[in-house]
Amino acid sequence: MTITATPPETAAPEAPEPTGRTRVALRRFAASTNAVVGAAALLLLFLLAFGGPYLTHWSHTDIDYSALRQAPSATHWWGTNRIGQDVYAQVLHGLQKSLLIGLLVALFATVLASVVGACAGYFGGWTDRLVTFFIDLLLVFPAFLIIAIVSPRLRDTGWLAFVGLLAVFGWMITARVVRSMTRSLKERDFVRAAELMGVHPLRIIFRHILPNVSSFLIVDATIAVGGAVMSETGLSYFGFGVQPPDVSLGTLIADGSGAAVTYPWMFFFAAGLLVVFVLAVNFLGDGLRDALDPTSGQHRRRRRRKGTTHDRAAR
Amino acid sequence: MRRIASRTVLAYLTKRLGYYAVLLAVAVFLSYVLSSLALSPRGYFEGRQPPPPASSVEAQLTALGINDHTPLMDRFTTWASHAVRGDLGRTIDSGSVGEEFGRRIGVSLRLLLAGTALGTLAGILAGAWGAVRQYRFSDRAVTLFAFLLLSTPTFLLAVLLKIGAMRLNQSAGSELIAFTGEKTPGLTGSTATLLGDRAIHLLLPTLSIALGTAAAYSRYQRGTMLDVLGSDFLRTARAKGLTRGRAVLKHGLRTALVPMSTFFAYGFLALFTGAAFTEKIFGWHGMGSWFIDAIGKSDVNSVVAVNVFAAVMVLLSGFLADVLHAALDPRVRTS
Amino acid sequence: MTAPHADADPPVLDITGLHVDFDGAPAVRGVDLALRRGEVLGLVGESGSGKSTVALAAMGLLPRTARVRGSVRAGGTELIGAGDRELSRLRGRRMAMVFQDPLSALTPVHRVGDQIAEAVRTHQDVGRVHARRRAVELLDLVGIPDPEHRSRAYPHEFSGGMRQRAMIAMAIANDPDVILADEPTTALDVTVQAQVLEVLRTAQRETGAALLLVSHDLGVIAGMADRVAVMYAGRIVESAPAPELFAAPRMPYTMGLLGAVPRPGSRVLTPVPGAPPELRLLPRGCAFAPRCPLADDTCRTAEPELAGPEEHRTACVKAPEIAARDLAATDVYPVDEPAPVRAVTPRGELPAVLRVEGLTKTFPLLKGAAFGRRVGSVHAVDGVDLDIRRGETLGLVGESGSGKSTTLLEILRLAAPEAGEVEVLGHRTSELTKRQIKALRGSVQIVFQDPMASLDPRQPVGEIVAEPLRAQGADRGAVARRIPELLRLVGLEAAHAARFPHEFSGGQRQRIGIARALAVEPRLLVLDEPVSALDVSVQAGILNLLRRLKDELGLAYLFVSHDLSVVRHIADRVSVMYLGRTVESGAVEEVFARPRHPYTQALLSAVPVPDPVAERSRSRVLLAGDPPSAVLRAEGCGFVGRCPVYAGLGAGDRARCAGERPVGEVACHFPQPRPFPAA
Repeated sequence: MTITATPPETAAPEAPEPTGRTRVALRRFAASTNAVVGAAALLLLFLLAFGGPYLTHWSHTDIDYSALRQAPSATHWWGTNRIGQDVYAQVLHGLQKSLLIGLLVALFATVLASVVGACAGYFGGWTDRLVTFFIDLLLVFPAFLIIAIVSPRLRDTGWLAFVGLLAVFGWMITARVVRSMTRSLKERDFVRAAELMGVHPLRIIFRHILPNVSSFLIVDATIAVGGAVMSETGLSYFGFGVQPPDVSLGTLIADGSGAAVTYPWMFFFAAGLLVVFVLAVNFLGDGLRDALDPTSGQHRRRRRRKGTTHDRAAR
Repeated sequence: MRRIASRTVLAYLTKRLGYYAVLLAVAVFLSYVLSSLALSPRGYFEGRQPPPPASSVEAQLTALGINDHTPLMDRFTTWASHAVRGDLGRTIDSGSVGEEFGRRIGVSLRLLLAGTALGTLAGILAGAWGAVRQYRFSDRAVTLFAFLLLSTPTFLLAVLLKIGAMRLNQSAGSELIAFTGEKTPGLTGSTATLLGDRAIHLLLPTLSIALGTAAAYSRYQRGTMLDVLGSDFLRTARAKGLTRGRAVLKHGLRTALVPMSTFFAYGFLALFTGAAFTEKIFGWHGMGSWFIDAIGKSDVNSVVAVNVFAAVMVLLSGFLADVLHAALDPRVRTS
Repeated sequence: MTAPHADADPPVLDITGLHVDFDGAPAVRGVDLALRRGEVLGLVGESGSGKSTVALAAMGLLPRTARVRGSVRAGGTELIGAGDRELSRLRGRRMAMVFQDPLSALTPVHRVGDQIAEAVRTHQDVGRVHARRRAVELLDLVGIPDPEHRSRAYPHEFSGGMRQRAMIAMAIANDPDVILADEPTTALDVTVQAQVLEVLRTAQRETGAALLLVSHDLGVIAGMADRVAVMYAGRIVESAPAPELFAAPRMPYTMGLLGAVPRPGSRVLTPVPGAPPELRLLPRGCAFAPRCPLADDTCRTAEPELAGPEEHRTACVKAPEIAARDLAATDVYPVDEPAPVRAVTPRGELPAVLRVEGLTKTFPLLKGAAFGRRVGSVHAVDGVDLDIRRGETLGLVGESGSGKSTTLLEILRLAAPEAGEVEVLGHRTSELTKRQIKALRGSVQIVFQDPMASLDPRQPVGEIVAEPLRAQGADRGAVARRIPELLRLVGLEAAHAARFPHEFSGGQRQRIGIARALAVEPRLLVLDEPVSALDVSVQAGILNLLRRLKDELGLAYLFVSHDLSVVRHIADRVSVMYLGRTVESGAVEEVFARPRHPYTQALLSAVPVPDPVAERSRSRVLLAGDPPSAVLRAEGCGFVGRCPVYAGLGAGDRARCAGERPVGEVACHFPQPRPFPAA
């Protein structure tokens, strides 16, 4: 309808070998120091969390009555806490739990967000209004409040219910972004072309819309892992999350913080791993954004569309 | 033309207010229902030592309007009919929720306002500066620091600050930085002494809120600023003969602030949660710590009151963001 | 206007040996240009040729990643290597620039008047009030009505044409020696383009400045420039006075470029094969050699310098030969002559493929974000009639906002229209069952404007092309057989099916779009601005392909375009739209030679043709203002506000125009045939 500006056409990349999207993404990814460092750190953390416990014979519930509040030593690598539990075993177990919770929450929340957001954006009208109202409603409360209220009721159902709660309150902003991206995709000619060919709406959503927001979703889900872990630890710190005898980084930090000055090993291993983990996730997410986001070109790499874990932690 | 523009804005804002009122009503209802279903004040009374007689528990619960034998809808209508008249009911210890509210709201607002103002300002400046000096050492340093802060949950940051202060005090041998409560209890002296005491108490809690906020805002501002730095209108400004610095200041920064107003609304959610942690950790008797204590006591009315407060604050910040957006962006004013 | 003599006075802008690299990739590779006072130099080239980079380098406004070598002297001051402060003193005062996209080029949060006043105050020691008054004067000078009031508006409250006028006002605020205009009218409609070019001409005359006009549009250059320089792959490949260059180009690239522009009388276009090279991977020798039919081994060994007499320089070893043998574009670029099978059957006997009568579409005009309330209607389409017979091409012409695209979507929806009637292959869309709609979808297909936007970037080409087949329920085997067939049909290779859209050039992508549309063997192809996003040399190839496909497959086309020369080239019949209504329709030759509706006349006269002599001698019908908004529905004729005929009518006739809606092939109460010379 409008007259286009100078053609944006770039020279045909008649390069000797086809430069696939994945290849381009990989090259960009590898070029970002942050991303590589983040990915490596994450890999190590996972190895540590799931392989580390096999290196010691202490389990996180064992109590060594001969060693209370002991500093790191050959027997207890990271020392013991005030009732004689091995900090190394405990922290690794807590890390495991926190990682699992983070991954699951991010997965559920992203799936929910993408489906709801895409449907709202694509169908528009009342579907959209209803979804928007619902999102606004959920956003009116900091999720922390609701989870804190509900969690005493779920004390007996275990940590999976906790995962569900975190996911239910963690998808709204992503859904909003997916919704607005869908709305602009819907105006794109390739979606219009599919519509005019008579392709079924759900097929359009799954074949055209979602693949085209996938870069965003991957990046967002990555960062959401960090956000979920931050929420989990925060809630657990106040006793609203993972319940004893189970441990997570949050409960460990809560237990250790009082003695942090006198017995630093009880606090700093858990706190350090938490920060390193979230930092690695953020670096990875940032690097992935550079690699996957087609709009982050040469001149404006690293532009950020969305928040990082900070505002997610609250939800 | 100007009058028409301002009238459209006014109509738009009125409509937003209406929408927010609906949201608020539904939200309050849901939070009442949820709190009543999830919390068990009966259990709180029955668990007292020595166990009170059943009839007394029953009477207490009924008096507070939180008896789970009364149908939920009846409880809500009773509560709501009082609430619209400004009476938020009684706490589980028979105090007035309204009075408690009044005592604590000031505490929370002092903390939130100082933290937000400081954090936003620092974040915007750091972000804009980082964007202008993209990829130089200073930008990288700011970025790394921001990432580090963003990866530290508020409660951990607060705890770390507290530990740092303890160490400092230890090595100094005296209490340089006070971090418990709002003021030193029982301290007397001139107004200056009292104010200074308050300022020292305010330091760590404010920092723990401001740092996180600053980190988040610096990332946003850097992003929007980078977009603006590559924009055509900045080039036009320089083509007119403005130096790069002046063009960035007069045309860039002003435009890059526009999208920030949207983040402002979202940011508040995080802020409130952060404040709850901060209050609890630094022993401030604000809304956040009230909430956490109230849950422990299954104090339904207090929990609902904090929920209402949070909802109102969130909506208010959303509304402020709308106003700010309209003030910053002439495109919103006319369409 | 005559080209001033070479040694009359020293150049106001002198560029020598300019090289620009971005991250190691060259963008400009040795450019020499000199501009003298009062002169207009046209810099022509396709996208990526480096022409805008030259202009930005001259202003010192390239991004920091650019590495610049060579010399740019403005009035004796060397600019390369000068500091920002020093450059800032020159920018806006000695040299000013007009940018392409006037919306993004103005700061959205400051008032237009303030932005112009800022330009004044940056270089002149005057007060705020004085600068504001000067801004209003400047706005008046560039033809903004009610400038006092308009100066207080924000950029988004201006139309595209007005924004560009404001940009020009800003550029001439300090009486510069040189104005650099980078594609100043590319984003505008033709009638508005004509106005803005006029303003630019006036501005240049008033200030006596030299003008460097950068454009891809050979028509615009022909109308404005005294001298023309053609750029290819970062270098100037030919430069000559405008009349000479357009009449006797000597570099094969220039010849191809000129031959690729459709113009009256030429039934064949010469597409330049291939695509511009990637400057990072330039071949040895002449950069154009891989695409040049005349290239031989000498061309591939060394890159030729720009040489020849001062008056006509070329960077081509074949130039003397071309000059000597007086070769034309068609001699250099072999084109297969399209079979001149013109329909012998009288038009009336051919079956109708598409018939549209009185089509209407209104959109609610909403206010407010989430729960908007309706405050009015946009009459996007308000009475459109179309008629396409088998094997025929109908060109649908109109400016932006005229309702062309809405018309298309309404037809393609295959649903009952709001009002009026749509008949596809004899079926009324208001009476179709679901099953019939599905079957009919296969018979009508669409090709979109932007080939990048219309192909899903996440799917391989094979999937994209197969989508309509799948939607029609074709089985796997049939789809697999059809894909290579289709790709070959549009001039691609079967192996391309596995690649992704971003691996192709713009022209190739549009071929993929055409292949997709042809997959289900449609009878009618709707083409929505199919070539307007492409460079001319590539555009010619697509137009030739469309012509061939039509002849081979017996297709009918509904060809929507704002480019009248393209429509004239490809269409059999034409239909002109204004403000949602059809204002004139008829056979192409007839309408173009003897337009009767004043709007058609104005439109035709606004289209620049790539012929300096004709461009300067012809009389123009300049329309005032912008197309009005479609919110206010005109009771009578929608054109009265801008109509030159209406302006000369008496009160009684005027009342008729304003109150009574004109109907018929020429929707005008007072049609005046006005012969157009086949310029």
